[in-house]
Amino acid sequence: MNLTLKVWRQKDAKSPGGLVEYQVSGVSNDMSFLEMLDILNEELVVKGEDAICFDHDCREGICGMCALMIDGQAHGKDKAATSCQLHMRRYQDGDTITIEPFRAKAFPVVKDLVVDRSAFDRIQAAGGFVSVGTGGAVDANCLPVPKQNAEKALDAASCIGCGACVAACPNASAMLFVAAKVSQYALLPQGRPEREKRALAMRSAMDAEGFGHCSNEYECEAACPKDIKVSNIARLNREFLRASVLAE
Amino acid sequence: MKLDSKVPTGPIEDQWDKHRFELKLVNPANKRNYKVLVVGAGLAGASAAASLAELGYNVEAFCVQDSPRRAHSIAAQGGINAAKNYPNDGDSVRRLFYDTVKGGDFRARESNVYRLAQVSNAIIDQCVAQGVPFAREYGGLLDNRSFGGAQVSRTFYARGQTGQQLLLGAYSALMRQAGAGAVKIFPRREMLDLVVADGRARGIVCRNLVTGAVEKHRGDAVLLCTGGYGNVFNLSTNANSCNVTAAWRAHKRGAAFANPCFTQIHPTCIPVAGERQSKLTLMSESLRNDGRVWAPKKKGDVRKPQDIPEDERDYYLERKYPAFGNLVPRDIASRAAKQMTDDGRGALGGLAVFLDFEDAVKRLGKDKIAEKYGNLFDMYHHITDEDPYQAPMRIYPAVHYAMGGLWVDYNLMTTIPGLFCLGEANFSDHGANRLGASALMQGLADGYFVIPYTLGGYLAGAKLGKVTTDHDAFRAAEDSVAARTAKLLSTGGKRTPQDFHRRLGKIMWEHAGMGRNAKGLQEAIAEIPRIREEFWKTVAVTGSGESFNQTLERAGRVADFLEFGELLAKDALAREESCGGHFREEHQTEDGEAKRDDVNFSHVAVWEHKGEGREPARHTEPLTFENVHIAQRNYA
Repeated sequence: MNLTLKVWRQKDAKSPGGLVEYQVSGVSNDMSFLEMLDILNEELVVKGEDAICFDHDCREGICGMCALMIDGQAHGKDKAATSCQLHMRRYQDGDTITIEPFRAKAFPVVKDLVVDRSAFDRIQAAGGFVSVGTGGAVDANCLPVPKQNAEKALDAASCIGCGACVAACPNASAMLFVAAKVSQYALLPQGRPEREKRALAMRSAMDAEGFGHCSNEYECEAACPKDIKVSNIARLNREFLRASVLAE
Repeated sequence: MKLDSKVPTGPIEDQWDKHRFELKLVNPANKRNYKVLVVGAGLAGASAAASLAELGYNVEAFCVQDSPRRAHSIAAQGGINAAKNYPNDGDSVRRLFYDTVKGGDFRARESNVYRLAQVSNAIIDQCVAQGVPFAREYGGLLDNRSFGGAQVSRTFYARGQTGQQLLLGAYSALMRQAGAGAVKIFPRREMLDLVVADGRARGIVCRNLVTGAVEKHRGDAVLLCTGGYGNVFNLSTNANSCNVTAAWRAHKRGAAFANPCFTQIHPTCIPVAGERQSKLTLMSESLRNDGRVWAPKKKGDVRKPQDIPEDERDYYLERKYPAFGNLVPRDIASRAAKQMTDDGRGALGGLAVFLDFEDAVKRLGKDKIAEKYGNLFDMYHHITDEDPYQAPMRIYPAVHYAMGGLWVDYNLMTTIPGLFCLGEANFSDHGANRLGASALMQGLADGYFVIPYTLGGYLAGAKLGKVTTDHDAFRAAEDSVAARTAKLLSTGGKRTPQDFHRRLGKIMWEHAGMGRNAKGLQEAIAEIPRIREEFWKTVAVTGSGESFNQTLERAGRVADFLEFGELLAKDALAREESCGGHFREEHQTEDGEAKRDDVNFSHVAVWEHKGEGREPARHTEPLTFENVHIAQRNYA
């Protein structure tokens, strides 16, 4: 199939960017969206032009590196899938596709379609852990965890940190990301000792990074490639409220 | 080249204990005066960086991705082994050790493997304490499953995303230390050279992938945790950025490379769909617990699987290996699939076999299957547009893991003092074939429970002089990195780095893939230098060196693969036997199974770089087996 692409090009963080139109041909149904971009990039390189920069790595939907806004949707039109899992069979010959970076104040553009998501690492460093050093653990089965809690914790822990929730949110809020991590630990006995500290620290780190507030749009859940539910945000709010009260 | 494995003496059960006692300790107050550079942030790197920072070392961690959370360990699906014996089914440290040595086809170092089995249980404890949500029974205790090649259920798992959960556990420990200021993290950095000063590893030179700046970092020790080289085949299950560059540059600075020909071809991957494909996707071999592998009995049968009656299906693994059935080790399952397609009995007439869940769904119900493998089924459906609940999956082997890697001694130190190598990047524990769910175990064993001891032993015993980034060795490394970048940018050719990568991959897969023979390997050894020469004359790299430039990154990695691929082929040619994932067609039994030559090849092949354009030297480290009975593997 032949496609028209409108791709955001931006030289670096400081330069202004804009959409540039490209034609790409010879795209087959079995190709992934990123493989389609590979083809275009190889053509550009052969022509002596600078290839379009975009983040990607595992190309199987688990590393969270790829992050494309495709026709206004974070990761494109497929539900519960990353950009790398979108396949060209979802498009037709002659389609025009607009590709932009994830946009948020806290995710500055690095180049073209690449953004800086290090804010997520800093939020994690603020409290997204259990303070247990190597070597000090008790036997794993000393700590029974009800199966339903373990499953729910894993649902939340499935977050890949891609930032689609932020890109999809009209407020560019990182609540779903933070909620996923806080929920994982809130649901497990291992997370209990630092429960209050974590909720407060991660929330305030999130605010400090310049993410917006949650106004219950649910766009994050709709865009999440790992199907993480907004019920985690409710849990985060409860954890935050509880911690705030206890801290008084 | 002197190879001292530093394996402790005495009974194997006591070696690690004795060794830990004999290793010198670094005074707690002195630890912060040592700077440790950790390159790579996968399971091995993240767990090492976090653990060393906890001990008080001054740690700097480097990764090629935008965050340490993205390393390719994250994609491991199936699980992690440990000798907990929670199911009471006969497991023990000795059995895990024995299975791993046997599974590796008797080409691993016994002492290292025994230690791996010994620390395996502590890994599970550690991960659970971190809040890793492993699968559990209704009673709240941990669930186990059996996994490729094991007759006991010793695999801990978190659905089909165990690697993700373990990596995020290690990442959380790492970020805790980063938040505390004990680790400084350098994301989007690619190590492009190792700095060896006064005979010791004292730093690295890396490229800041955002600004293009060449950076010099000094350290008192360097840990390479940079993963495997599977992408030398171009198409593999590895992530796009997986590469051999850091290990290869270290090799060229004096670190010996061991067993490069030991690569694992994983039996259950989604078949190749097109010429321009960029990556292959693994379907966890846990699927073989419930799925049955088959091929049509008739040659050239292109019917849909639903139209092929039961008596015209060949469940060939169950037929050939009744004791292990669909759970035979990976190398055996892969070769058996190749035999089917070589025989013209591929699924739908193509390069694939069927993996069928019809019986499992009948036995357990669709819900149970969905609970166990839901995300894998979805992934398959997504990629192939075929619903595996309706029709069997089509699978085919693909390059997956590198058992070979930099040679290390018992302390995980390479032949360069002060340079350590952990995880998939080293050669040490899996011999010629890695068992399922053992990669995660090894990465975390090295990082959490081995290096914290052995690094201390090195630093406490080494008299390290002061080396700054003004040292001549830093300047020389910096200049060579800059010169190479300039060269890549200046050929003005018209062929993309990907184009060269595809050409190399084809040669590697054809001649050094699942079946290898002298003629094919000699062809590869003749052809690769020709491609390499062409590469340096005609590769097209646009953009500049002083900016974010993914074309330049790729070109640099392909250039190294074009050198490494030749060494892999040479190693495969020199190893005149079949063992594990290395199958030399000249050396097989009458039934087509791998035929080892223990008299002549019971050793590690250790390659020394002798300089540009010169033949590398092949050394050997003899392997002795005092604790396992060496035998022809038999899974029938």
